[in-house]
Amino acid sequence: MSGARAIAQQIREFIIENFLYGQQRELKDDDSFLGEGIVDSTGVLQLVTFLEETYGITVDDEDLTPENLDSIGSVTAYVCRKTNVAAGTVSMDHEGVGRQA
Amino acid sequence: MSSTCSVSPDILQLDAPRETERILAGIRDLVFHQLKRKGAVIGVSGGIDSTVVAYLCAQALGKERVVVLFTPEADSSPDSLRLGRMVADALGVRSFVEDISPILKGARAYERRDAAIRSVVPEYAEGCKSKIVLPNLIDADRYAIFSIVVQSPAGETRKVRLSLDAYLGIVAATNCKQRARKVIEYYYADLYQYAVAGTPNRLEYDQGFFVKNGDGAADFKPIAHLYKSQVYQLAAYLGVPEEIQRRPSTTDTYSLEQSQEEFYFAIPLAKMDLCLYGKNNNIAAADLVPAAGLDAKQVQRVYEMIDAKRAVARYLRSAPLLIEEVKGI
Repeated sequence: MSGARAIAQQIREFIIENFLYGQQRELKDDDSFLGEGIVDSTGVLQLVTFLEETYGITVDDEDLTPENLDSIGSVTAYVCRKTNVAAGTVSMDHEGVGRQA
Repeated sequence: MSSTCSVSPDILQLDAPRETERILAGIRDLVFHQLKRKGAVIGVSGGIDSTVVAYLCAQALGKERVVVLFTPEADSSPDSLRLGRMVADALGVRSFVEDISPILKGARAYERRDAAIRSVVPEYAEGCKSKIVLPNLIDADRYAIFSIVVQSPAGETRKVRLSLDAYLGIVAATNCKQRARKVIEYYYADLYQYAVAGTPNRLEYDQGFFVKNGDGAADFKPIAHLYKSQVYQLAAYLGVPEEIQRRPSTTDTYSLEQSQEEFYFAIPLAKMDLCLYGKNNNIAAADLVPAAGLDAKQVQRVYEMIDAKRAVARYLRSAPLLIEEVKGI
């Protein structure tokens, strides 16, 4: 699995585990976390904390935008940019879509 | 969106005498007939909302059937008690001062809060003051994430973005304040067979600006349907002391003074009021521009913020959920 795909998979697992409570549901790479009611404002803080601790990055205030943090695809692309991982394979097939608790 | 014309800035103007009569009749019905209680207990903070509720209850039920409580703690502004007493004196109602600091110390609320603050500001020590704040994002398409502002005894301030654990730790500990107040309010409610009046305005009730089972707990909430600016109109009509009408909205929860705007609403309350009205009445963002003094993009951003906060507030307003309806009660 490429670096970008591994990151996307980790983020998917984090979202399913922490916000969907392991429920089986389809979660597309471009589903809006806020728009779909998956993540609320405290959830954004939890996501930011996860990204900083997992990838050793600092999420600056100006990076706290939906453009960077509102879907699996956007978060993956953001982490790739911050960690200098090639993001060419961010657009994934739906490996890992949904998951049985 | 159905509107096609601009909204007047006066859209929230009330017929204050008529609305007052309606609320007075409502309070009498709720307290005496539906709740079957003999009067009302109101925690008065010296802010506009609790003061207006105290005035309304005193008029509706009679001053002899109203108890006003002041519940200061270590971080309270002395103004809150002074202005609260002004309200009780003006109304001629019974009042009691109950310092809740010992309850909070017993619950280790200050200690737990300080430990959470120190996890992000290690130099935070006794004598420091603090508050948590949100950025003003009216011009930025960004998520609002809380920071803590710490002021040293020498007056130096430092602002640090909160981690999840620090944020939750500070809020969980601080929420003990509103819950301790409610313990005392229900003591007096039990003692006199009174009902507890809640004091949220519409903005707070809708957007979840209250602590569940803290200030969110009450037997009736007589101004929960009124926008903040309408509460001010009733205050003027009821003759609330000028100083209270002019007092800026504050949470009076943190040791550094914290406005409601920087804690919760991110924009001035008058603009927030109009945006909530616009949202509730399906008014297109562009049509709210002249009244709100915001541009269409800003109004749209506030509309989205209202939706996001409403989603969170559903849990706060939710009564305990049951697996099935319990019949026969």
